[in-house]
Amino acid sequence: MNVLKISIASGKGGTGKTLVATNIAVSLSSTGIGRVTVADCDVEEPNAYLFFPERILLEREKCQVSVPVIDEAKCTHCGKCSEVCAYHALAVLPETVLLFPELCHGCGACTIICPEKAVSETTRSVGEMFRARSGDVEIIWGELALGEARTTPLIKAVKERAAGENVIVDCPPGTSCSLVESVRGTNFCLLVAEPTPFGLYDLDIALRVLEKMNIPRAVLVNKSGMGDRKVYKYLAERNIPLLMEIPLDRKIAELYSHGEIFAEKMPEWKAKFAGMVREIEEMIS
Amino acid sequence: MKQIAIVSGKGGTGKTSIIASLAALASGRAVYADCDVDAPDLHLILQPHIRERREFFGIKRALIDSEKCTQCGSCLDACRFGAIADFQVNPTLCEGCGVCKLVCPSEAVEMSESLAGYAYISDTRFGPLVHAELFPGEEASGKLVAMVREMARDLAASCKLDLILIDGSPGIGCPVIASLTGVDLALVVTEPTITGEHDLERILDVAGHFGINTAVCINKYDLNPAGSRRIEALCQERAVMVAGRLPFHPSVVEAMVLGRSVVESGGPVADAISEMWGVLEKRL
Repeated sequence: MNVLKISIASGKGGTGKTLVATNIAVSLSSTGIGRVTVADCDVEEPNAYLFFPERILLEREKCQVSVPVIDEAKCTHCGKCSEVCAYHALAVLPETVLLFPELCHGCGACTIICPEKAVSETTRSVGEMFRARSGDVEIIWGELALGEARTTPLIKAVKERAAGENVIVDCPPGTSCSLVESVRGTNFCLLVAEPTPFGLYDLDIALRVLEKMNIPRAVLVNKSGMGDRKVYKYLAERNIPLLMEIPLDRKIAELYSHGEIFAEKMPEWKAKFAGMVREIEEMIS
Repeated sequence: MKQIAIVSGKGGTGKTSIIASLAALASGRAVYADCDVDAPDLHLILQPHIRERREFFGIKRALIDSEKCTQCGSCLDACRFGAIADFQVNPTLCEGCGVCKLVCPSEAVEMSESLAGYAYISDTRFGPLVHAELFPGEEASGKLVAMVREMARDLAASCKLDLILIDGSPGIGCPVIASLTGVDLALVVTEPTITGEHDLERILDVAGHFGINTAVCINKYDLNPAGSRRIEALCQERAVMVAGRLPFHPSVVEAMVLGRSVVESGGPVADAISEMWGVLEKRL
């Protein structure tokens, strides 16, 4: 069997990515397919695990990145490390060298350039990676440490852990590097859109990211019935498949607000989600 | 000069709808800055007339000259981002560190900047707006946010306006930190859902980490009264003021579809936002 890696993305925040990712995972696992992994790559605000209150934590690990250490005994304060650093993470003063660890990308340029071999490297934690299990669903998520700016090392760590055969990647909102890192390597991306002017504008940007990355894609409209019809017109004009609509429904919203996966309480949706995944599999093959 | 940033942690809690309304209430007295450069939506309501466009250059990226390259593999071994394959640079993986250029014995690598977006100064019916467009999939959104904020400060000074209203992005990472640094007040918009509550705690922690004065707005508070009570209790525990409680009402989306702010359309949410604005003005 082929490995199935579907990313769930959106551009705009709050359109229902986590709702869709968790419902797909549960619906897919109840078809008896075996283990289904949810990889929550929204490391700034990870939420998918909240929908699995019965989860058993299996693993918890710090995400380490490289940072330089300056041996002040060898350092001549020549300033070459500061000059070469593309991220302004080092400032060389007459008496000492200042490091701003949150700015460092751990590229190693300072180590290479130092003529005195005064730079070595150590690691520091930028957040934590968690792995838990709830029935046949495995949930992997990352939690960025407070005050940290760079998300990509932790997103990479989460994705490396998600080695199963059926992986649902819950992406962060936005259309820049965090999204690119999250969808990279997935074989299909399902974009969750809201039928509103904001929803359409951000969907368009996200679709252009996926086009650039050459990832097969389709759209799910969430909260259908609100807003206007422009999203549908947009999709039809561009021949972008619309795979599902989830109505704006008070019951679904309430279940979500309490942390429940609505397909568990409205089982007719399990067949719909599982059917959508089959459709995606056909589109990929 | 006072700066208020609107942030949320969780996305889709209503930041842009609320800031558009605050802009209507502060009309003629403030400069507006859309710092959600990944997914900028404020212009859809403010309908700007662009006055000036500035180019934004993101990070430098490496480029290998295949004529000079001897395929020695030094760059491949040195690159920590896995950005080099077949002696070519994958621009979506390159973080622009320049290590490949540093180790290349044949001077085959050049670092070049490319256009990554635009920042705009515009006129709107409520006053001047600075907004931006980051090209899809680009890095350095925090750098573009910093550029937008600097332009907004200059604009406020030259227009003799002493208030800047900033629309932030969801999350707690780089663009959010760039939106929050140095503001006088962060208004955190949350909603009474399990995810909204969880994300509220994270963004309050981040605001606390940077020592930023914070107030909370509970949007759609009537959708889950028990959840709203938990949020109120959390705010009380942390001594954070709840500045506004907005009901769930279709007028918010109806106004958005018409390209209007909620307060221009009227209704219960408009009233609650006006009341909140009074509280925030007093707070400043």
